[in-house]
Amino acid sequence: MDELKRQKLLADFAHILPCACILSQKEDLMPYECDGLSVYRGLPLAVVIPEDIQQIQLILRLCDERQVAVIARGAGTGLAGGAMPTKGAVVLSLAKLNQILRIDSNQMTATVQPGVRNLAISQAVAHLGLYYAPDPSSQIACTIGGNVAENSGGVHCLKYGLTVHNVLAVKILTIEGELIALGSEALDQSGYDLLALMHGSEGLLGIVVEVTVKLLHQPESVQVMLASFDDVERAGQAVADIIAAGVVPAGLEMMDKLAIEAAEAFAHVGYPLNAEAILLCEVDGSQQAVQQQLHDVDVILQQAGATDVRISQTAEQRMQFWAGRKAAFPAVGRLAPDYYCMDGTIPRSSLSHVLKQISLWSEEYQLSVANVFHAGDGNMHPLILYDANQKGELEKTEAFGAKILRLCVEVGGTITGEHGVGVEKLDSMCVQFGTAELQQFLSIKQAFDAQGLLNPGKAIPSLHRCAELGRMHVHNGVLPHPELERF
Amino acid sequence: MADMSRDLQQQVQKAYATGTPLKIGAGHSKPWYGRDIEGEYCSVSEHCGVLAYRPAELTLTVRAGTPLQEVHDELAVHGQCLAFEPPMFSENSTIGGTVACGFSGSSRAFSGACRDYVLGCRILNGRGDMLRFGGEVMKNVAGFDVSRLMVGSLGTLGLLLDVSFKIMPKAQHQKSFFLEGSLKDAVALMSDWKTSHMPLTALAADSLGVYLRLSGSMSELNDWQHTLNATLLQEADVFWQNISEHRLSFFDDSRHLWRLSLPPSTPHFTIKYSRDEDWLWDWGGAQRWLLSDVKAEHVFHAAQVAGGHATLFRAGTTPLGRYDEVFSPLPTSLMQVHQRLKKSFDPKYILNRGRMYANL
Repeated sequence: MDELKRQKLLADFAHILPCACILSQKEDLMPYECDGLSVYRGLPLAVVIPEDIQQIQLILRLCDERQVAVIARGAGTGLAGGAMPTKGAVVLSLAKLNQILRIDSNQMTATVQPGVRNLAISQAVAHLGLYYAPDPSSQIACTIGGNVAENSGGVHCLKYGLTVHNVLAVKILTIEGELIALGSEALDQSGYDLLALMHGSEGLLGIVVEVTVKLLHQPESVQVMLASFDDVERAGQAVADIIAAGVVPAGLEMMDKLAIEAAEAFAHVGYPLNAEAILLCEVDGSQQAVQQQLHDVDVILQQAGATDVRISQTAEQRMQFWAGRKAAFPAVGRLAPDYYCMDGTIPRSSLSHVLKQISLWSEEYQLSVANVFHAGDGNMHPLILYDANQKGELEKTEAFGAKILRLCVEVGGTITGEHGVGVEKLDSMCVQFGTAELQQFLSIKQAFDAQGLLNPGKAIPSLHRCAELGRMHVHNGVLPHPELERF
Repeated sequence: MADMSRDLQQQVQKAYATGTPLKIGAGHSKPWYGRDIEGEYCSVSEHCGVLAYRPAELTLTVRAGTPLQEVHDELAVHGQCLAFEPPMFSENSTIGGTVACGFSGSSRAFSGACRDYVLGCRILNGRGDMLRFGGEVMKNVAGFDVSRLMVGSLGTLGLLLDVSFKIMPKAQHQKSFFLEGSLKDAVALMSDWKTSHMPLTALAADSLGVYLRLSGSMSELNDWQHTLNATLLQEADVFWQNISEHRLSFFDDSRHLWRLSLPPSTPHFTIKYSRDEDWLWDWGGAQRWLLSDVKAEHVFHAAQVAGGHATLFRAGTTPLGRYDEVFSPLPTSLMQVHQRLKKSFDPKYILNRGRMYANL
């Protein structure tokens, strides 16, 4: 966009918003040049920070009319570059829509604006004995609008589900500024399940401006077990055994040796430094149910060859067991100048196979990997350690990461369990999906946003991008997407 | 136990080429659901069989024409189940039909709906493209969530070929109880229970009183039985199945059967002189069945005012009159999105045209 048009757009924004809500100087735009994935950056044309739905409507109508791309942004904690500005786009920050509108303890729901932080919801209803279940590790900062856009998970997904399972209704604005209500406080809706479709759509279909979430009772009792293993494979088997025995833990997490060492050095929580892997298994429910489950899981862990099993005796000890796991990312961050967090999800039965392969590649690429994962639902977060200042190391890391994701797809899994595709995994989308699926995704996008103005260039790769990539990855002599022209 | 996907693909491709509307079916178990439509019959019933069942992974993938009963039996061997307790309206009910209708049973309010347990699917869109979305893992945010979109779309967006589910262990023990009371008092009573730590897994009510099911350890259930001081329901499994599958005597009626989906704590209300005996609540008050011959507009309006929606679930023997929509009308802007979405999957409107709404 030429400077004249940009100035005209900024002047028109000034009719909609107070000047303090419009950022256009380079130094003001810099904080918005990336999200939680800081290796990919770009400067937006402007940042607008509206204060209410009407202002957003007017902004969208203006952008639609001028064919200006709009990128919604919550707290910018995303890990896939979904909120990274693309050239010529306006960033629409929802930070000022941060009010909790209604709490209904009878219906056990809360209706909030999109900029409300995930943890703030649980804090606001704690006095009622309620909480909001999905707890992504960024929950202290990430917003509920962003959670819907990414369909965020967390450590308690196995039992309590993802964001999509815990949201009853959203209001969205289309790119034309049309306000549409999806879902309600009833348990379903007439027509298509567009509420589900909005979850994980990464800001490509509409702007979420209000969210009604389901609240749950705080469980009567919660306890965590910390089990040590001298072999990763045995830990993986223990996970499968727990699930097969009919226990559905509230959380079931696994860490490997490097992650344990890093977490212990960082958080000093008493993790066993001689273990090859640890499992954290949280059970919750009534006192009786918890005692029964603790007993059942203990037996399974012992049979699976755990070298040590500790059970939290107090709430403080439980928090301590979790503190190491929750600090795993920053702790690993101290081991190297940079780390690259992967998010592949695999069938649990493939765990040891995938871990072995990652370890082989780690030697081949000469890059260390710490493994932290939501073992209960097969969602892995291998953290590849690298130094972006070393020439070529980022590219090497990306290539290693892409290999891991390809392997996840090969064993029947997916390239992203909860972080989203963003800009980061566009190429891996070409591995996961064929042309016909990608074409269907693009048609869905077009049904909501004919001009392609909402977060363009994210989440769904263009068919040509995949075709170009196909030229690089000829597998067994078979060219992916052979039906496409290549130029 | 055959893979008929290529034959089905050919049929859809041919229909696409000629613009012939298709009427998709499998077990003929729910012909009364949705709007009446015409079209060349496209049967999925022979496309059946369990493709992958991994009890330790909690996943199951089945072909759409697989009888629901077969799925229940297979899972029961490993002490597992479909946690949304899908109703079987006939022994011919298939898994594909269940997903296409998006039906969930009495556990819905506590354990989640059909859409909550769908992990992935393979479909044919209206061009006859064979597409796979989602997968067999618990978490998957790659691409738009087409799998959940298929649930309840009545085959108007795609013909379901295979569906993958998250499955769950069966409850260890269950006990069900009955407590005498009126529908007027039911909301407060249910609300009290829901805000307690009671391990509820089903909650229904009619003009006689409230019915509840608890699941957990035996000692826990005995404690609750003592606290509740309610009548223990005998043959409770049959009772809950009869509610879900409409075999209670309540459903034996010639009037229209309406389904109202409402915020659960909506107070009891009447629609055009309905009597308490005309209502049966399930899902803790979130799903209310009504027997009534009043005009559709009245029911749609009442449901909307209460913050929900209504469905003419099964037409009675009285003619409905000029109003032929069976689902609550959608606001114009939302309907436009539906139409564009329909077109993106089915550009020639050949898949179950008009089954959900006249113009979809």
